[in-house]
Amino acid sequence: MSSSEITLSCRQLWKVYGDEALKRFDTRALPEAAERVDEVATSVSAAGGIVACGDINLDIKRGEFFVLMGLSGSGKSTLMRCMSRLTEPTAGQLTLDGKDFLSASTRQLRDIRRTKMGMVFQHFGLFPHMSVLDNVAFPLRVQNIPEKDRLDKAREMIQLVGLEGREDAFPDQLSGGQKQRVGIARSLAVDPELWFLDEPFSALDPLIRWQMQSELLRLQTRFKKTIVFVTHDFMEAVRLADRIAIMKDGRVVQIGTPEEIVLAPADAYVAEFVKEAPRTRIIKVKQLMEAVSPKDTSAAGLTGEGVTTDMTLEEALSWSAGRGQSLPVHDSEGRTVGVITPERLASVLNSQQLGQ
Amino acid sequence: MNTGNPLNNPSLAVWLVLVGVAALIPFVASQWPWLISYPISWVVPLADWINALMENLTLAIKPVTRIISAALEWPMLALRDTLQWLPWPVTVLAVVLLALHAAGPRLAILCCVALLFIAVSGYWRQAMNTMALVGIAVPLSLLIGLIVGIAAQRTRLGARIVPPLLDLMQTMPTFAYLVPLLVIFGFGPVVGLIASAIYACPPMVRNVHLGLTRVPGEMIEASRISGSSSYQQLFWVELPAAMAQIRVGINQTIMAALSMVIIASVIGGFDDIGWEVLNTMRKARFGESLLAGSVIVLIAVVMDRISSAYATSATTRWQPLTRRRNQWVALGLLVALTLLFKMTPFDTAIVTPDWTRTVTQFLDTRLENAVISMGDQLTAIKNNIFFYYLLPVRIGFTQAILPFTWGFEFTGNMQLVYKVTVLALAVVLLLRQRWRLAVAALMVSYLLFYGLTASSWVVVGGAITVLAWQLGGARVGLFALCSLLFILVTGMWERAMLSLYLCGAATIIAFSIGSVLGVWASASDRVSSVIRPVSDTFQTIPLFVFLIPVLMFFQVGEFTALLAIVAYAFVPAVRYTESGLRQVSPQLVEVAVEQGCTPWQLFWQVRLPLAMPSILVGLNQTIMYAFAMLVIAALVGTTGLGQQIFLALSAADTGLGVIAGLSMALLAMIADRILQSYANKRFKRATVTE
Ligand SMILES: Nc1ncnc2c1ncn2[C@@H]1O[C@H](COP(=O)(O)OP(=O)(O)OP(=O)(O)O)[C@@H](O)[C@H]1O
Ligand SMILES: [Mg+2]
Repeated sequence: MSSSEITLSCRQLWKVYGDEALKRFDTRALPEAAERVDEVATSVSAAGGIVACGDINLDIKRGEFFVLMGLSGSGKSTLMRCMSRLTEPTAGQLTLDGKDFLSASTRQLRDIRRTKMGMVFQHFGLFPHMSVLDNVAFPLRVQNIPEKDRLDKAREMIQLVGLEGREDAFPDQLSGGQKQRVGIARSLAVDPELWFLDEPFSALDPLIRWQMQSELLRLQTRFKKTIVFVTHDFMEAVRLADRIAIMKDGRVVQIGTPEEIVLAPADAYVAEFVKEAPRTRIIKVKQLMEAVSPKDTSAAGLTGEGVTTDMTLEEALSWSAGRGQSLPVHDSEGRTVGVITPERLASVLNSQQLGQ
Repeated sequence: MNTGNPLNNPSLAVWLVLVGVAALIPFVASQWPWLISYPISWVVPLADWINALMENLTLAIKPVTRIISAALEWPMLALRDTLQWLPWPVTVLAVVLLALHAAGPRLAILCCVALLFIAVSGYWRQAMNTMALVGIAVPLSLLIGLIVGIAAQRTRLGARIVPPLLDLMQTMPTFAYLVPLLVIFGFGPVVGLIASAIYACPPMVRNVHLGLTRVPGEMIEASRISGSSSYQQLFWVELPAAMAQIRVGINQTIMAALSMVIIASVIGGFDDIGWEVLNTMRKARFGESLLAGSVIVLIAVVMDRISSAYATSATTRWQPLTRRRNQWVALGLLVALTLLFKMTPFDTAIVTPDWTRTVTQFLDTRLENAVISMGDQLTAIKNNIFFYYLLPVRIGFTQAILPFTWGFEFTGNMQLVYKVTVLALAVVLLLRQRWRLAVAALMVSYLLFYGLTASSWVVVGGAITVLAWQLGGARVGLFALCSLLFILVTGMWERAMLSLYLCGAATIIAFSIGSVLGVWASASDRVSSVIRPVSDTFQTIPLFVFLIPVLMFFQVGEFTALLAIVAYAFVPAVRYTESGLRQVSPQLVEVAVEQGCTPWQLFWQVRLPLAMPSILVGLNQTIMYAFAMLVIAALVGTTGLGQQIFLALSAADTGLGVIAGLSMALLAMIADRILQSYANKRFKRATVTE
């Protein structure tokens, strides 16, 4: 991928908590400790500290929906806060739009945040002493945008999240779902390029959560932001993500698309997450087919109707139901690019060790 | 615990060594008298050094202090003149409207009655002068408190120096503030103003700090990610979010400022209500001082109710007055009324109906008669408590038991019997493995035998240090040792013991009364509903006022001071005992009842132990209150540190004032540290065994 596609990239990023531990370690040497993350983590915790992020390397592409996943305490929030410099990383590099983000001055940082970043919080982080309208207008107010302009923009945002009519309410008068809509509206008010969401829906009940996810997808298709989204709900990750990074004890154990992760979990920890996931709804035909060059298709007798590469297995299954024979697979232009056999389809449904 | 051999128990061994020293001292006292009382020639003239330093300092900063003086004096006088110029009905109406807005008609009626009373009492002018001082001191104090509170929360330096400073300020006796300020600024009401502003800021600092610390992290992150500057974050997000807590601080600061303004009136020169009380009290015109005292109480109650109504959530506001338009109407009404009064001959700045004077005179004579007619009983009460309680604690049985006081002499044989009995008791207790009780019995009987002030400083100091060490741990022990050494070498030991004795005697009574009332109130809602408003009011009354009634009945003297201290200090004991007992979880009580506890067992074995942490806090507060009142009580004739501070005040002797004040603060802090760390240990143990 070319570098201009990358919005934010982390290289050998570390975050260590604990004053005592930090005193004992030479933090400048941390980036070289990539091979010895476990060793460092053990000695840090022996000193009463904790490695919240250890040697993180990842690139987030422009317009991508990037999800950070992991159990509680695995360092997702910390990593996300390091990316926005709400928390200063202990060591490593952070590049934003090709520029070194960690060396940005306080003033530059403030300007970047004012124009490029928005964040949504798990417990909403609303200001209790401001009305909904003022909450949403806050990011514009800190930029000293004239009152009328900022209130107009805030009203527009409130409408976007479907809260019109509640502008003058105060946060403690709203339901959880409504509060989070305010949080979303506020984070979108400056039209950020980079949108951070830290478990935005985990304080909501399942039905509302589903609804909010749908709205998030709707907003995303409309605005095409670069999104960093934290969750510990794998289904949520699968539903929303272009790519998922799975974290464990401050380390990234796997990065990939939902299908890649479901098909090839890197270790037992990841497999545990994947276990419950309805794989037929995640895995696409593309991953399962046997590739066939277009020349050979007629020879193999693969003509006529078939499935397409980006169908999920579930769709393919319903298509193949009752045919009991191999199906041709077409790409988006209608060329036949592969074949999928009923045996392989069935094996997905039974097997636990996919892709091995 | 191994108590068979005392040497195996270091705690006991230390006590036994101390007892041994105490027993030996009388035999060597004639040879080495310094063992009993610390020789004057050994005193480090710290006071003189401080005075010399202050003299130079005062000269050096004279221009600055002049400017500060002028800068404060001008608004103070302006406010005073404005308040005097305003026709009183306008002022009354303004306060009533404020009360109405804060909490609705009920409070408004209360305030109306209170202010009308002040108006007809004939003390309107003095009350307004006091308000002028408060009106400048409070904003000043709030501003200082806000800045210091923010600094304490934001900066590393602030976080390090502010908490211990607050501790010291809260235990430092009120008058001790006045002395150095008097030297720096010279006599005048500005000193009272500055002292009040400084004295009243700790609650604001604490609450600002607490409020800012409690602002949820996400809220701060939301503001940071929006790109707010630190100024915007502080003023637009953090302070407004902390406002609920800060309002509590504002309420406490207002009350503290009022209390100090009243106390600072001893400086004189502003014709305020505190001065009026003091003056009439000195002239023994108790009818008037009672009236002036009631005015103070009413001012305190009105200020407290209004500001605490504002401190609670906005839901208590009276709706009609929350509308902007109505607020303008109210303001217009006040202006119109002022103009009306000023342009018509109604402008009788303040009516002092003659009947007020009649009432006070009537009160005066009636009171005098009452006191005279009850004279015998009152003297009997006073003498009994003095002879049988205060004197032994102060100078010991050896000197207190005289034919004149107890009706017989404490002969050598009797002393022998006393000693033998005590020893026997201690041995019995030791054999029963109750060594703590044995040590306590020995120490208490030693103190009662010689008296706190006539005992050897080696023994008393040693006992306090060991007690601090054993109850509070090594650090508290070391703190106690250093503090006592400071008191000793600065020559304050005897005074400190006099203070300690009075304070201790008062604490025992106040805590006994208070905890019993607290237990009673926790058992009965009816009792509680009577006691609570009374103790609430007691807490808002400036210390000063407590002196009036006791002085009226018992004239100047230590007993009077004792009563004043008890009257002020028993309130926290009531409160904390009640709340501690009421907070015991009902499930635990249920379990205990199911297991067949009798109510008696339930109280002693379940509820009381569980309420103990809270009760200990109550005891701690009682002691702190007693120390605070002690200095004020010096006005009505006590000896000790309080008196020293007064002497310093009248002579503008900074060194003496600072050292006496510091000694008192140190004594209070020793008690506070011991109780706090003991309570912490105990509390932890309770949660571990749960
Ligand atoms: N300010 C802090 N000081 C010390 N330790 C911290 C701090 N913030 C986080 N930690 C520690 O860092 C680790 C990672 O925390 P983090 O909040 O990033 O986890 P998380 O994956 O977001 O968990 P959750 O799903 O519960 O939000 C945890 O062990 C946490 O205790
Ligand atoms: Mg988190």
